[in-house]
Amino acid sequence: MTPDRHTVALTVNGAPFKRTVEGRLLLSDFLRHDLEFTGTHVGCEHGVCGSCTVLVDGNPTRSCLMLAVQADGHAIETVEGLAPDAATLSPLQAAFRKHHALQCGYCTPGFLMTASALLRVTEHPSRLEIKEALSGNLCRCTGYSGIVDAVDEIANGKPNAV
Amino acid sequence: MPSSWVGTPVLRREDDRLLRGAGRFVDDMHAAGMLHAAVFRSPFAHARITSLDVSAARALPGVHAIFTAADLGAVNRPFPLPVPHPKLRAKTPMPLASDTVRYVGEPIALIVADDRYIAEDAFDHIAIDFEPLVATPSLQGALAGGDCVIHPDLGDNIAARFGQSYGDVDAAFAAADVVVRERFTSDRGSGQPIETRAVFAVPDPNTGILTVWDTTQSPHVARRLMAATLDVPEDRLHVIAPDVGGGFGPKVVFYPEEVLVPFAARALKRPVKFVEDRLEHFRATVHEREQVHECELAAKSDGTLLGMRVRIVHDTGAYVPWGVIVPFITLTTIPGPYHLPNYDAEVTVVYTNRVPVTPHRGAGRPQAVFSMERMLDRLALELKLDQAEIRRRNYIGADEFPYDVGLIFRDGSPMSYDSGDYPQAQQTALEHIGYDTFRAQQAEARAHGRLIGIGMAAYVEGTGLGPHESARMRVDSSGKIRIMSGAASQGQGHETTLAQVAADALGMPMEDITVQTGDTAGVPYGIGAFASRLGALASSAVKIGATQLRERILQAAGSFLEVAPDDLEIVDGSVRVSGNPTQSIRLGDLAIQSSGAFPGSTLPNDLADIGLETTAYFRPAQSTYASGFHVVTVEVDPAGGIVTILKYVISHDCGNAINPLIVEGQVQGGLAAGIGGALYERTVYDDMGQLVSGSFVDYLLPTSAEIPAAEIYHILAPTPLNPLGAKGAGEGGTIPAPAAIVAAVENAIWPDGSFHLHAFPLTPELVWQAARDAQGIPA
Repeated sequence: MTPDRHTVALTVNGAPFKRTVEGRLLLSDFLRHDLEFTGTHVGCEHGVCGSCTVLVDGNPTRSCLMLAVQADGHAIETVEGLAPDAATLSPLQAAFRKHHALQCGYCTPGFLMTASALLRVTEHPSRLEIKEALSGNLCRCTGYSGIVDAVDEIANGKPNAV
Repeated sequence: MPSSWVGTPVLRREDDRLLRGAGRFVDDMHAAGMLHAAVFRSPFAHARITSLDVSAARALPGVHAIFTAADLGAVNRPFPLPVPHPKLRAKTPMPLASDTVRYVGEPIALIVADDRYIAEDAFDHIAIDFEPLVATPSLQGALAGGDCVIHPDLGDNIAARFGQSYGDVDAAFAAADVVVRERFTSDRGSGQPIETRAVFAVPDPNTGILTVWDTTQSPHVARRLMAATLDVPEDRLHVIAPDVGGGFGPKVVFYPEEVLVPFAARALKRPVKFVEDRLEHFRATVHEREQVHECELAAKSDGTLLGMRVRIVHDTGAYVPWGVIVPFITLTTIPGPYHLPNYDAEVTVVYTNRVPVTPHRGAGRPQAVFSMERMLDRLALELKLDQAEIRRRNYIGADEFPYDVGLIFRDGSPMSYDSGDYPQAQQTALEHIGYDTFRAQQAEARAHGRLIGIGMAAYVEGTGLGPHESARMRVDSSGKIRIMSGAASQGQGHETTLAQVAADALGMPMEDITVQTGDTAGVPYGIGAFASRLGALASSAVKIGATQLRERILQAAGSFLEVAPDDLEIVDGSVRVSGNPTQSIRLGDLAIQSSGAFPGSTLPNDLADIGLETTAYFRPAQSTYASGFHVVTVEVDPAGGIVTILKYVISHDCGNAINPLIVEGQVQGGLAAGIGGALYERTVYDDMGQLVSGSFVDYLLPTSAEIPAAEIYHILAPTPLNPLGAKGAGEGGTIPAPAAIVAAVENAIWPDGSFHLHAFPLTPELVWQAARDAQGIPA
């Protein structure tokens, strides 16, 4: 059996990459193991937990439900692209820290990418809208309230009461 | 700099790397020449393997090796039992099944290939025949025995029968004004950390040392069991738990892959990595929670408890990798915060054809609290007493500590509650939820067709279990403090909290202190993260060690500066004479000089020890008992069986909080697991023992849309049992949640007060059915 090989050219956080891969290779595995963007985590590989969420042309996407070859020609954004530099966190990342919105940190990159997408398209989401937008990401440590507070603070200046 | 780091809500040090995606989890590790493993697992719940031929799979391009039971030789023997019990007829797992498989997911072969995709391709080329046997995946079926004895040499499926009692229960029942009896059940649930298990073994051909990166909660225990199973000296094994993506109990257990992957790496002389997928996690990582309780409670007409009898049947799955810890804890947790003068409990532990059972966050306590609290609700109903009032009448008072329960806890010591204020916990929580006005609100809501209800539950939780925890620390040549702890972290923030403790004890800034956890090379002995023990024990070891290290620093500086240690202070990275800053020595220089800076020189005679290093252990005399009270209001949508939590109030005592931010995060996170266990998370096997709920579509974890932010209040009752006065905080959010939530749902559906709900999780289907029952609609 000779695996089918395909060339994939894409950008990750603005930097171009070109590789030849098997047709069946998941985008999540491609990012993690071929390109070494290991900040994108894999939790379920069936599209429910949201840990592997990346942005594809700005849209939040489960990289475990997409093949690497499907990302050919597209712009990918991962958690590694969020912080402006090695000394500074982005405002959203800093808000996560302030509100203790992460414990083990495994689901965190997925939440950050989902929240980033929400904040780009929705100017002042309500707390309910934030909860609904984040409800496709599973966290087993925090009980979510710190995550919602962090996103609310970035969206609305401070966390709302309800 | 705060006057005390302990007690300050310091932001976590772990966060920066994790927020950047720069954490290092096991699957993030790479090594040259790395191979990938997959485990071929049993598709049957109970079957005999009649033939196994892996030659075609072995010949697949990209496959490097396949190991079956026969290939393992003497390594393939039952694992040692880490936690024995005299009444246990223990059957522990083996690395690979050789002739009989006893649950769906049991490992049969390890495939090692160029990548995971190829390793899984090889599954299709394994020629295997089974003779299916009758499976008993249900607790009652296994108990009855019949056609299926899972371990034939035992004669039946009973793993253990044991009990504990105190007082004279028969006399108590004979003297009672009222006796209530109920039967309660709980279904299987599981920890489900978002990172699955992973093991990565890297042999060093130069030294012969095998480095094993492992998602374990107990690296030192894992190393010991690896050494015993592989017959390798411990000093040839270096086990590291790096960033670990949640644990919650399941990762404390020693698994077949922790032998198979190191074995394969040694055999192939190549790095080998195994990363479990989620389906495997559902099928092969331990579960918990299924029990049946037959309860009888005797009381006086004023509600005073006289005695209780409980018969517990506990499902342990196909093996007992961690003994009978879960039902043991259940038995000892039932009396809770109440005066219960007579108690008799018996446990029957039953093997079933399912994944083994070991502790998951709460560890047998949610079931215990469910039974006790539901029985109190039942008794209140019988006596026409308010549910808050019946609890109030039976609490152990704040002036009664230490309080001897009359049982032996699982740490082997008599259960003696050390501190707490149970009545205050209830009063605080009820005030903040507005208990006194709730009934009027409920009537008002009902008048508008809305079903709202209230439920409450109290608990006492043994935390901080022994035998010890360790801390090793030194001043390095730059003058910074490096602490190596026997703790292992899965998100609890020990790099931050242990540095807080050390900073106070050393009288130095936190910035000068770094903490390493989860590495067997860091400290000779360690126990690990389970039983809400590290906040109490690892912190205490650090406090003891850092206090010793400060004395050592001052003694050594006094020796070199030729002044009395009492005249010295540590300021800005130097030790100096108080009031004379010019007479000083930098900490880094002191570390170098006290360890022998100049070969051939002579150290001062009065220098007490070589180097600035200490290793400290904290050995608790017994567990320390945390406690708390949950009260919750819910709204039930009868049409959809949907339960919405309106308000959730928690008051809890975990002694002194080292970092209140982290404590509240533990409580809130624990509550989310409790809500999941109360309303959503149910593991389903069919009659053949096939796992039906093997994905996150079938096994529902709660999301941000379901989990409210709890109001959390601290009842401060520091323990006298450790130098920080700290108790565990990791599980109290989970433990009483099913009892409180199920009571609230019942109260919403039957607000006039009647008793109907005996089980958790109360999934939407069951809520829907309950609402129909209440309306008299036939099932």
